[in-house]
Amino acid sequence: MSKQGNLVVGVDVGGTFTDVFFLDEANGHCRVVKVPSTFGDQSIGFIEGLKKGSDSLAKIATVVHGTTVGTNALLEKKGAKTGIITTTGFRDVLEMRRRDRPQTWGLWGNFEPVVPRDLRLEVDERTLADGTIHQAVDPDKVAEAARTLIERGADSLAIIFINAYANNANEQAALEAARAVWPNAYVNTSSDILPEIREFERTSTTTLNAYLQPVVASYLDKLQAALAKDGSAAQILIVQSNGGVMTIETAKSLPVRTALSGPAAGVMASAYIAGEAGFDNVITCDMGGTSFDVALVAGGKSALAPQTSIDFGMVVRTPMIEMTTIGAGGGSIAWVDRGGLLQIGPQSAGSNPGPVCYGLGNDHPTVTDANVVLGRINSERPIGGKLDRLDVEAAKAAIKRDIGAPLGLETMAAAEAIIRVANSRMAGALRLVSVERGHDPKNFAAMPFGGGGALHAGALIKEVGLKSALVPRYPGINSALGCVIADMRHDFVQTVNNPLVDMDIADIDRQLVALGEDGLARLDASSVNFDGRDVTFELDMSYVGQTHTVDVPMALTISNGSTGITREAISAAFEARYREVYGRPLKGIAMRVLNLRVAAIGRRSKFDLRLLAPDPDGTFEAARIGSRDVWIDGGWHQAGIYARLDLPIGSAVPGPAILEQPDATIFIEPDLVGIVDEFGNLVITRKEIG
Amino acid sequence: MVDPVTLAVLKGRLEQIADEMDATLFRSAFNPIIAEAHDASHGIYDAVTGATLVQGKSGLPIFVGAMSFAVKTVIDKAARDGAPDDGDVYIFNDPYDGGTHLSDFRLVRPYFRDGELFCYLASVGHWHDVGGNVPGNYNPVATECFQEGMLIPPVKLFRKGELQQDIVDICQANSRQPGSLYGDLNGQINALDLGVARLTALLDEYGAKTITGAFVELIARAAQLMAANIADLPDGTYSCDDWLDNDGIVDEPLKIALDLTIARDRMTLDFSRSAKACAGPVNIARSTTVASCYVGLKHVFTDVPANAGVLEPIEIITPEDSMLCVSAPKPVGGYTETILRIIDVIFGAIAQVAPDRVNGCAYGTINALSLAGHRANGQRWVMFSFFGGGHGGNPEGDGLNHGNAPISTATIPPAEILEAAYPVMFTQWALRPDSGGPGQHRGGLGAIYEIELLEEQADVFLFGERGKYAPPGVFGGGSAAKTTFGFEQDDGIHTPPMVSKMVGIDIRRGQKLRLETPGGGGYGDAYTRQPDMVARDVQLGYVSLDAARNAYHVAISSTGAVDEAATAKLRATAGK
Repeated sequence: MSKQGNLVVGVDVGGTFTDVFFLDEANGHCRVVKVPSTFGDQSIGFIEGLKKGSDSLAKIATVVHGTTVGTNALLEKKGAKTGIITTTGFRDVLEMRRRDRPQTWGLWGNFEPVVPRDLRLEVDERTLADGTIHQAVDPDKVAEAARTLIERGADSLAIIFINAYANNANEQAALEAARAVWPNAYVNTSSDILPEIREFERTSTTTLNAYLQPVVASYLDKLQAALAKDGSAAQILIVQSNGGVMTIETAKSLPVRTALSGPAAGVMASAYIAGEAGFDNVITCDMGGTSFDVALVAGGKSALAPQTSIDFGMVVRTPMIEMTTIGAGGGSIAWVDRGGLLQIGPQSAGSNPGPVCYGLGNDHPTVTDANVVLGRINSERPIGGKLDRLDVEAAKAAIKRDIGAPLGLETMAAAEAIIRVANSRMAGALRLVSVERGHDPKNFAAMPFGGGGALHAGALIKEVGLKSALVPRYPGINSALGCVIADMRHDFVQTVNNPLVDMDIADIDRQLVALGEDGLARLDASSVNFDGRDVTFELDMSYVGQTHTVDVPMALTISNGSTGITREAISAAFEARYREVYGRPLKGIAMRVLNLRVAAIGRRSKFDLRLLAPDPDGTFEAARIGSRDVWIDGGWHQAGIYARLDLPIGSAVPGPAILEQPDATIFIEPDLVGIVDEFGNLVITRKEIG
Repeated sequence: MVDPVTLAVLKGRLEQIADEMDATLFRSAFNPIIAEAHDASHGIYDAVTGATLVQGKSGLPIFVGAMSFAVKTVIDKAARDGAPDDGDVYIFNDPYDGGTHLSDFRLVRPYFRDGELFCYLASVGHWHDVGGNVPGNYNPVATECFQEGMLIPPVKLFRKGELQQDIVDICQANSRQPGSLYGDLNGQINALDLGVARLTALLDEYGAKTITGAFVELIARAAQLMAANIADLPDGTYSCDDWLDNDGIVDEPLKIALDLTIARDRMTLDFSRSAKACAGPVNIARSTTVASCYVGLKHVFTDVPANAGVLEPIEIITPEDSMLCVSAPKPVGGYTETILRIIDVIFGAIAQVAPDRVNGCAYGTINALSLAGHRANGQRWVMFSFFGGGHGGNPEGDGLNHGNAPISTATIPPAEILEAAYPVMFTQWALRPDSGGPGQHRGGLGAIYEIELLEEQADVFLFGERGKYAPPGVFGGGSAAKTTFGFEQDDGIHTPPMVSKMVGIDIRRGQKLRLETPGGGGYGDAYTRQPDMVARDVQLGYVSLDAARNAYHVAISSTGAVDEAATAKLRATAGK
């Protein structure tokens, strides 16, 4: 693919706006465009955003896209009609799950699998746990089953055989037979998608991939066609849940890897911005309407989780940025239970009807209402540009009625109580990803992005004992920015499930090298220019008898066709990692290697964040646009109001202060100070004592 | 008194400590019953009464009510034998004082603040094997607890921070799985260490006075919340009887009978009409009965928290000779079956007065199935697992297919993990058609598990229930299918004489076991189920054509659509 232009463009399609970030690699100029998201067909808003920021699409060399098309199709159960062909006796694996239930308490709630029972067919075949083929598959029977599924309207197909992780021969034979009759390319095997032990997780992931293929592919085809029509030959890259990008062709065949595409890009941007600003350890905090998502970046790297549940029973097992979500967003409703305890959520007014102050029909007080009543959100100039003003009096009345009266508190005290309890819930989420994982919060900064997170960042510093908070210059466009800087990444897994003493190390070495080289070949095939490439190796290990594993990073490199791995190195790395995670390695118990994990990473060139820095001609005085009363700790305080983007580098804004910008509001508490760094980020810390 | 806002904050902080203790043990445990099935629990308990102050949200629900009895046992022991020292940890598995059964090992650690006993932290986990007559300890024919496993009374595992290796040696010597035991024990010790560190940090931040105030206040509010829930129900006495198949020794049904009385904001759960203590292992201690009442009520009143206050407005009556109130050495190994039945009768009683609050009964048995033998190299193997079934239909809709038991949040190990670990091959792992109780909202389906042996020989035992008395529906809903179990011998398929319990089954290479588990009971009258929902159930194979006609009175035509005319006729003549 020839590259005509110099523009690299990051596009994040959100619930309300599509954010587009333009970087001109020739002169280093950047530009941000926001257009309303278009539902039904996201590509319309997408192209509109591109056109708004560039007079000719031909100037665009690369478009990097964090997409929610896959996520939404999963959440709304709007994927394709999918068929499953599986081993006799196992057609219900998808529906039986791991025998769980939606909630611990209360026995209601059901589960509707994305593939109904009459589209799940069985064929006789069997592979044993050690990889022995107990019964070969009959290709004619597979073709017959595939034809039945086609007749029943299936558009995509998942072939999932028991123990196929140990030997894929039957699945491969079935794949060939199915391909011969299937009318499109949407045919998947579980050993291709996830060659890992545990049939439910493999079934769910493979099935959801098939379920998404037609939907995601048709969306991406539309994007490609729309770009081509406007004379663009831009390469399109898609952000994966693991925070790396993949080619559009890979995305069409592995759409399940986009399940958390959008949020992952935001975390990648945070990690990069924080690293440039000298913060290797941050906890990103994304506060939305209904939820608060946090992710840990330690030593410059974001933690990856092996799997997630999109909804009850909808398990996607591919490496993804580890995100912890709690139901405490701006729209979360505050209420007093019958025992007299103040609670936040899980009910939420979301963004529609939204908080009481929006005046759109909800009359239950929310976290945002409390922020408005306390004067922390400007009711005359709400962010986002959807509403002209916010109804403070309505918010007050709701807080007085629902919180103040039952708790015997004045309205202002009740509003402050809402914020305090919401802050403590958010702090709980931060503690969960830091303290509970053995990280000392003193070494971490909170990094809020999205519109509302920076209102609470100061409180989180104090509550969790963090070093500081780092508010990026443009918190509202973090995900679009993340697209531009994300690396390309391919993850591989292979189950071996052997005690370490019995393992054929030479064979393990061959497998690692093969996976690594496969990854490098995929990087080559992408025709993206990389600054460098890395291959990383990790083993999932446990003591023999344990069912949970720990991830054991191995410091290996491929040279002369070998990683040089040894049994001793594996054993030492496992003991070190086990001590780190649990404190006490165990003596005299054999070790087991469950999976090999290999990642190939192509590092894309980064841009200089100083390009986003404030105008050098601005002054602190000019940026101070007034003052307003803000309720803090039981009384009114006069807080300075600042136009955040106009503050020059080096400005020190003492609390209490409110910093406003078009898509975010920052609150600095009285005992804190915010300092603008050389990139225009705001670093909030405790005021020096004395 | 602690202000309401600080209280809300501290509630979250304290729960997080208990949750984190749970998570630590789940991740580091060796045996899948803890690691995968989460058969463990952690919490913080009152220094004087042992009452539950805070309990983790992720542990086994049944322990939430039982743990305070375990802590009280340690408190009583200390009162007799001398006060505990800082750094002591007690260990025991006596089920008569601490609740549940011998497999559950409790570690109780006194927590000191400024030299004073401040509270207790405790950890309980289900160990893989604690000796006794059968591997895994679900001995369906035990007549004394001595046949079920070793019994360790409360003794000090740590003295002033010093591990007493003798105790560990005794425990390991009495287990078929000493390595697994050692790993689980270490996980529990780690969890307690972590709880101590986190609680100390919280006390440093808020001070002992505020935290103590929060404990008192949280319990008072839980009591207030439970009382408000009870007051919503009309006064009166509501009864429900159900039965266990047998005790594994004598083939006679055992009645579990509840008379539930609401008097304004107080509730009495009277089990006086229930069966007397029995010979086999389905007896339970009173502490276990109390704990299971808590679980049943919390499934109905989901908003009440996990602390002692919840049981404050509730009186539970269990006569001394009852099977729900036994002491040593009556066998209690199969306690899970009995407490599931207690939960069922609680649903059944409340259904009479508030059908909008409850659901049809869940499958009502954990179906413990064990296969054990030796590999060609002489190595011993034991596969022990609990199997799933359906949940009841409920006011919102149909019951969940293949869920976990109401007393636990256990997930089942995948077939591939079991096949990789043991010489077995599953030939079926499927939903069981027609197993859900008919109803306006159908009960969820149970499962069929069929297992073929790949080694020369294995000894098998089953400890199940619901083989004779099906899980009932509520509000007019029908019963689910019963448990069935078949095992292959040279001369064909056999079934256990006691239907749901049997030991000493000897199977050979290539022979199969087949366990079919119950679904959940239905909710509401089956005649009122929308005919097109029945047609869909038939199309998906959840319900057979015969059952559609006989249980739902819906006729399905050869195209799979509802035959409207024939259905109208069937429903008219059904007398409903």
